[in-house]
Amino acid sequence: MKKKAKQIEEKAMDLLSEEVVFIILDLVAQNNPSNLKSFSLTCKWFYQMESKHRTSLRPLRPEYLPRILKRYPNTSDLDLTFCPRVTDYALSVVGCLSGPTLRSVDLSRSFSFTAAGLLRLAVKCVSLVEIDLSNATEMRDAGAAAVAEAKSLERLKMERCKKVTDMGIGCIAVGCRKLKNVSLKWCVGVGDLGVALLSLKCKDIRSLDLSYLPITGKCLHDVLKLQHLEQLLIQGCFGVDDDSLNSLTHHCNSLKNLDASSCQNLTQRGLTSLLSGAPCLERLDLSHSPSVISLDFASSLNKVSALLQSIRLDGCSVTCDGLKAIGTLCTSLREVSLSKCVTVTDEGLSSLVMKLKGLTKLDITCCRKLTGVSITQLANSCPLLVSLKMESCSLVSREAFWLIGHKCRLLEELDFTDNEIDDQGLKSISTCLSLSSLKLGICLNITDRGLSYIGMGCSNLRELDLYRSVGITDIGFSSIAQGCCHLETINISYCKDITDKSLLSLSKCSLLQTFESRGCPYITSQGLAAIAVRCKRLTKLDLKKCPYINDSGLLTLAHFSQSLRQISVSDTGVTDVGLVSLANIGCLQNIAAVNTRGLSPSGVAAALVGCGGLRKVKLHASLRSLLLPSLINHMEARGCAFLWKDYHTNNNKNTLQAELDPKYWKLQLEEDIVL
Amino acid sequence: METDDDLCQNNWGGSSSSSSSKLREPVCFTSQQHKWEDASILDYEMGMDEEPVFDHMKASSSHDNNNNNNKSNGVHSHVDFLQGVRAQAWDPRTMLSNLSFMEEKIHELQDLVHLIVGRNGQLQSRQEQLITTDLTSIIIQLISTAGSLLPSVKHNNMSSTTAPGSALFPYPREANNLASQTLNNNNNNSCEFDLPLPLPLPKQPSVVEERESHVVEEHEMKDEDDVEEGENLLPGSYEILQLEKEEILAPHTHFCTICGKGFKRDANLRMHMRGHGDEYKTPAALAKPNKEALPGSEPLLIKRYSCPFPGCKRNKDHKKFQPLKTILCVKNHYKRTHCDKSFTCSRCHTKKFSVIADLKTHEKHCGKNKWLCSCGTTFSRKDKLFGHIALFQGHTPAIPLEETKPSVQRGSSDCGNNNTGMIGFNLGSATNVNQETSQPGFMDGKIRFEDSFSPLSFDTCNFGGFHEFPRPMFDDSDSSFQMLLSSACGLSPRNGDGGSASNTSL
Repeated sequence: MKKKAKQIEEKAMDLLSEEVVFIILDLVAQNNPSNLKSFSLTCKWFYQMESKHRTSLRPLRPEYLPRILKRYPNTSDLDLTFCPRVTDYALSVVGCLSGPTLRSVDLSRSFSFTAAGLLRLAVKCVSLVEIDLSNATEMRDAGAAAVAEAKSLERLKMERCKKVTDMGIGCIAVGCRKLKNVSLKWCVGVGDLGVALLSLKCKDIRSLDLSYLPITGKCLHDVLKLQHLEQLLIQGCFGVDDDSLNSLTHHCNSLKNLDASSCQNLTQRGLTSLLSGAPCLERLDLSHSPSVISLDFASSLNKVSALLQSIRLDGCSVTCDGLKAIGTLCTSLREVSLSKCVTVTDEGLSSLVMKLKGLTKLDITCCRKLTGVSITQLANSCPLLVSLKMESCSLVSREAFWLIGHKCRLLEELDFTDNEIDDQGLKSISTCLSLSSLKLGICLNITDRGLSYIGMGCSNLRELDLYRSVGITDIGFSSIAQGCCHLETINISYCKDITDKSLLSLSKCSLLQTFESRGCPYITSQGLAAIAVRCKRLTKLDLKKCPYINDSGLLTLAHFSQSLRQISVSDTGVTDVGLVSLANIGCLQNIAAVNTRGLSPSGVAAALVGCGGLRKVKLHASLRSLLLPSLINHMEARGCAFLWKDYHTNNNKNTLQAELDPKYWKLQLEEDIVL
Repeated sequence: METDDDLCQNNWGGSSSSSSSKLREPVCFTSQQHKWEDASILDYEMGMDEEPVFDHMKASSSHDNNNNNNKSNGVHSHVDFLQGVRAQAWDPRTMLSNLSFMEEKIHELQDLVHLIVGRNGQLQSRQEQLITTDLTSIIIQLISTAGSLLPSVKHNNMSSTTAPGSALFPYPREANNLASQTLNNNNNNSCEFDLPLPLPLPKQPSVVEERESHVVEEHEMKDEDDVEEGENLLPGSYEILQLEKEEILAPHTHFCTICGKGFKRDANLRMHMRGHGDEYKTPAALAKPNKEALPGSEPLLIKRYSCPFPGCKRNKDHKKFQPLKTILCVKNHYKRTHCDKSFTCSRCHTKKFSVIADLKTHEKHCGKNKWLCSCGTTFSRKDKLFGHIALFQGHTPAIPLEETKPSVQRGSSDCGNNNTGMIGFNLGSATNVNQETSQPGFMDGKIRFEDSFSPLSFDTCNFGGFHEFPRPMFDDSDSSFQMLLSSACGLSPRNGDGGSASNTSL
């Protein structure tokens, strides 16, 4: 046996050059990354090849960093998002072991490193191109100054680094001259001076995210002087107002994407001057703008109308004239978003879509005044539609949906949540062969028959949402599971008639990643076990309020679903044994276990200690006093956040039944809204 | 080149001194009259002691007195008189007489020494003392003669190269006392000793010249006030004056005609003069001689100054000559540009200044709001630092390692209160006020205010931080802001005093 293996090895050595093996490995990884692991375990030579081949790493524990970095000397991308606690020592290890090869580091979910560690990393990793320091809320200017030592940095993400000021950004601006993509979102300590210096020193910037910064229009003068700027995001910059943009003279011809949403002090006047500075704009986001989208406003789009392809006007008050004018001005528009524009009427939308023959994406979520008239018009005039989101357009008649499926054959993404669509509508939609995402939450008119049309027609479906669509039973679901084998995300929450049969049939979808079955009273551990065994990629699992789920299900899960990251076992029959078994899953990050009767404090404590990578734990408030404070401190130091919930423990059957009844639930919801 | 700060300082100096003199004169003078009279008794006694030695002085002062008494409306007549003097052509004889006076003095000294030699060293120690005293006085005279040239040079008709009046009696107090002491001793012990009296000058010219110097000084004061005047003068439309280095660096330009004490400002000299007798306490004597306000006075040709340093842009031989406006400008310019920076900041021990006022201005802000560049330059304002960094390649903002925490804390808290409900807050008035004062101390406050105008509310914002705002503003402005108040309404005596005190110390 041994001899044979050696022969093969030698043969392989002779026949295959490294490049060829690498190409093979690329293909192996494409299919399923975990196959590489099996490959490396075959023999020493394979092991060596694999360790030479791999360039991207995502370690689960920082403790193993020295070993894995030694094993993979060609590491260029290091993703530390699974390591909540990355110390300065770990960073210096990274710098020493893979300094010259490392090109990208992701520290966005890590903490407990300081400026010293960053400095080591920046100095040692001479070819570092990308670094993600988002959420480093404790980082100060000294840390930013350390980052500035990475001279070849091109992509920098510093979202929510709230303690970094202009001084730190100034250091980065001077140090990292090659920066191309910079995100300073939520860096609320950075103002005009820092941004102005950044745009003055780093001439190659292509994308700049300044969202929620306390900047004014002053620094935008400098920003728009950037020769290569393509994307500018100034979402929620309250300081950007009309007056400060008044004297804007520079034209940034490269700017293609502008996000000026939620700028509360930016009205038509300022926007006109801003847009005149960006004549080649392709995408414009004006969501939650304070100004009314009227005829006047639309005329300010005049300067950019020629090339504009996408416009977002979410949450704006839109008039009929405004939409009509946009339709006439911007004939090249491909994507329109009018989400939550409650003032949109049939007349306005009809006149808009009539002019836009090439429309591919439309979002009319919560435009509650719309009826079948405009949807009919849409179906008739926009045959190229790819994405249609129309959640809560409840006045749209079921006949309108029939037409959509017939006319728009290219549809890929549909959101019909809370609509009047029926089986006939689903039948027509099933003719859209490339449909990949379908949301049918709270569609009370659909039944198994409609779903079986989908299962037969849409074989490319990746996401299906059947939240509270109570007409669905195992029959419809099995046809889906049979037809749509590429399903990755499925939500059957509160589909009260679903049983283990559905889960058994669903287990055929081996690509399943997210499974939500909240409030399904009939599913048991048996069904869960089937899914756990077959769906290896399962990452998110919601089993809340499934009372028949117990330890046996979790034990199977813990054994097979090694990529699980998030699980909710609240209001289930899980006990200490099941919870402790979850410690077997290495990359588990979130656990929610509220109102789970079978849990004792010691069991919870054991599970907490066992799961090394935990980031978020949701527990009942009563456990707070029962757990050792030192344990809680220890967990928090490891990077785990606690969420203490204080629900009423009304786990009796009546309330669950009431919750499951969609009509009762809707009534309750409306009462809540009125209150 | 005059920086803005310069101008401000000048303005401040001028306005505060003028305001204090104007405002306080009526009040102080009447209220303090009695006190001064009491004090004058002492003065008188002292005067008695000094009489034998300085009889010429007495004479001149008495003449002065007469002058005042004879001409009932003091100021007017003075100026008329002076006008006459001024009208005189430039007279080298004045200078000559001055020099000859000194020559005589030296001769006297020679005689004295001869005498001592003749007496074979009797009373040697005392004689020695006397000789040294005289020598000192001669040296002082020489210096002050040179110094007195300073104001007189700028006179438009160049009449007087010297102001002998001030140069004549420049006995410093110490020498004075020493002399009188010796004299007393002499009187008591031995009468055989002949007192070495300096020869009195012909009275008329001395008084005239004294007056003139006075007027000249006054003119300087005036010039200081006119700093804001437009500077687009055609070449040739003004007169260029150039002082010598020594004159520029002389510590004092105004000297007491009685005791020889030097002053930087005429107003201070006048205040000092009150101590020499009642005749100097009259409102006329104390008033600021205001010649130009008189009707019938000839309009003066505008005067500008040239820096004596060859090759300097402020030198009249420079191609792009830019004249200096006032004597003070000349002094400050010369010290700043062509002298060693000998005053070191006591706080940071790095910044050096050649003008003490600059040092004081710096010390006021040193250590506060330090915005550091990697090259070691510090800035009081963040935007200045960023402007500097934008300008120079390779310079980065420097973050002090130890101070990172507090300083950044402060920055972030600043930014925190920036974000608080500043929306729609009208800053217009506040900013205007700041600009009017434009005192460096105040500027800080202003900048912070502007910086802080970024109306954005985030979860980090703390309204508590907002309270930090007014305090540093007043801290920074310190006296300047209060000065503004006092000069505006003239109510706060403390500030007035502070102002004049700082003037004298300068």
